[in-house]
Amino acid sequence: MQAGTLHERDPDHAALREQVWTRVQLARNVRRPHALELMRHMAAEIVELHGDRLFRDDPAIVGGLARLDRHRIVFVGHQKGAETDENIRRNFGMPHPEGYRKGIRLFQLAERLKLPVVTIVDTPGAFPGQASEERGVAEAIARSIQVLSGLRTPVVVVITGEGGSGGAVALGVGDVVLALENAIYSVISPEGCASILWRSPEAAQDAAVAMRLTAADQAELGVIDQVVAEPGQGAHTDHADTAKRLKAAIVARLDELADQPVDALVQARYGRFRDMGAWTTVEPVVPRSERIGGLAERWGLTDRLRGLLESGRATLTGSVEQPLRPQAGDLADEPPLREEV
Amino acid sequence: MPIKLPFRPRRQEFPPDLWTRCPDCGEMLYNKQLEKNLRVCPKCGHHFRLRVDARLRLLLDQNSFAERDGALKSVDPLGFIDQKPYLDRLEAAEVSTGLREAAVWGTGSIGGHRVVICAMDFAFMGGSMGSVVGEKVTRAIEAARSDRLPLVIVSSSGGARMQEGTLALMQLAKTCAALGRLAGAGVPYISVMTDPTTGGVFASFAALGDVNLAEPRALIGFAGARVAAGTIAEELPPGFQRAEFLLEHGFLDEVVPRPQLRDRLIALLRLFRPAPLVPVESQNGTGPMLRSLGLMDVLGDRDETRGSAEAAGSQGPARG
Repeated sequence: MQAGTLHERDPDHAALREQVWTRVQLARNVRRPHALELMRHMAAEIVELHGDRLFRDDPAIVGGLARLDRHRIVFVGHQKGAETDENIRRNFGMPHPEGYRKGIRLFQLAERLKLPVVTIVDTPGAFPGQASEERGVAEAIARSIQVLSGLRTPVVVVITGEGGSGGAVALGVGDVVLALENAIYSVISPEGCASILWRSPEAAQDAAVAMRLTAADQAELGVIDQVVAEPGQGAHTDHADTAKRLKAAIVARLDELADQPVDALVQARYGRFRDMGAWTTVEPVVPRSERIGGLAERWGLTDRLRGLLESGRATLTGSVEQPLRPQAGDLADEPPLREEV
Repeated sequence: MPIKLPFRPRRQEFPPDLWTRCPDCGEMLYNKQLEKNLRVCPKCGHHFRLRVDARLRLLLDQNSFAERDGALKSVDPLGFIDQKPYLDRLEAAEVSTGLREAAVWGTGSIGGHRVVICAMDFAFMGGSMGSVVGEKVTRAIEAARSDRLPLVIVSSSGGARMQEGTLALMQLAKTCAALGRLAGAGVPYISVMTDPTTGGVFASFAALGDVNLAEPRALIGFAGARVAAGTIAEELPPGFQRAEFLLEHGFLDEVVPRPQLRDRLIALLRLFRPAPLVPVESQNGTGPMLRSLGLMDVLGDRDETRGSAEAAGSQGPARG
């Protein structure tokens, strides 16, 4: 497959769209090998473990112990099904909070036993239903991220299919992040992005292009470290060969990481995610009055103080007793009658 | 010539710069009175959203706030264009809010207790978390850790900022990692969730408070209620994803009405201070140093590989 990153923009946008969308569909292909299939091909020995010890066993996240060449590891991954029945049982790879809590249990087990962790990311996202919210899926995701980020043992992340939003990043924090060639990684599904920003789900292909969600683009952004090529027309065409390539990449990384002192490892992992993001630093004072023109006289004391504040020379004044003034944004942007949710 | 309608829309009797309709009880509220009442409806108690400057004034002691990193500004790392270029959206948000980003952080005091505080403003692109918001939150957490000051974060956000793609998503990892270190250093963190706190912000730093507070009826959830209802086709119970729902399910410590929020924080800060630092012998020969007396010490868990306070801070939770 031709890797086409958006920096080398195809003059024909339609072709680029087509190319990106093909990858999205490959990443979602039900015949694609999922976590257990890959582990069974890669590992000489494997024992799956179940349950979060709190609520139940979530079939959408699998985990356990395994051996990859000389490395005994703990693995945790999202699990989709290849058939409809299986997929329903696995909730299409959309975990409930107990899935992430099973992961946390296994991460902490790995830390105690000084075993490296391999996570396999392949989910449309965490399950957004009522049960999931009631049991605190957001807290489970945040906690999983936090535990992985400070885990005192090597962590290798592999994105094998869909890296869907918070539900993916919950297993996506490691010393090294690998991805299969046709994997995708995004902050929201292309369909979700399209329905919010384009107000039409038909724009999903445009959203997919705009979010730069392909593995190649993510490597360019520095979010993933290495793209592992897939055989033939994609991973679904040859599970064994895909697993072989993936295993070689994982084992090479485990070899490297095994030699590092654990303090340096945890420090470097913190640094890896600490450095992510792009911003600029500008002159402290915003020349707001020019841009806002006629509205400027409406700005009250607080705004002027804020102007001073942004220059770093003053502190914000005021107290609870003072009546709060009308909000500048309300005046400038929208009628106060509208409260959007 | 304009067509004359036989009736005038009712709302014209209430010029919008003077009156606001309460979305809960429909009461017309005189704006000045609403402001005086901390933007809480005097009839039904509906909490209107608070802009960040008002929020800081509500919580902090007079003249105590010193903003940090006010000069950070978003860029467009993906070259993102939907129906409008991202940079135009940022520009519009800046003009309409007078803010440079959706989060403000700094140091201040609450009832005389020095704190690091970060507050978000929903008016700036839905309070969404891009690189700058993530960076500001992380810097606030790191400052709380290095200065050993309690941390207060007031969230108000729709989630991660789509226009920054996975770089926005990585802010979840960044902020949670920083909070892990803060927890390891024994510095308390109070998360205050206001309407709305959803998506990637709830699924990262907002959910991880040592104490989680929320304002009444605030929408707090992982997936937007529309997403949950639409994609899952489940009947959602009344009050789903509201603050009271979370309290009932054990993810909040308390729902605090806005007029009591400052006093609640003062009460907490009185009882809830950073763990004392105790001198320890450094294990790598750089002389004595300070580290917090944390759980690890109580358990007598001393790992030879751990040679610095830095490492103690990055210790994963719940060992032993």
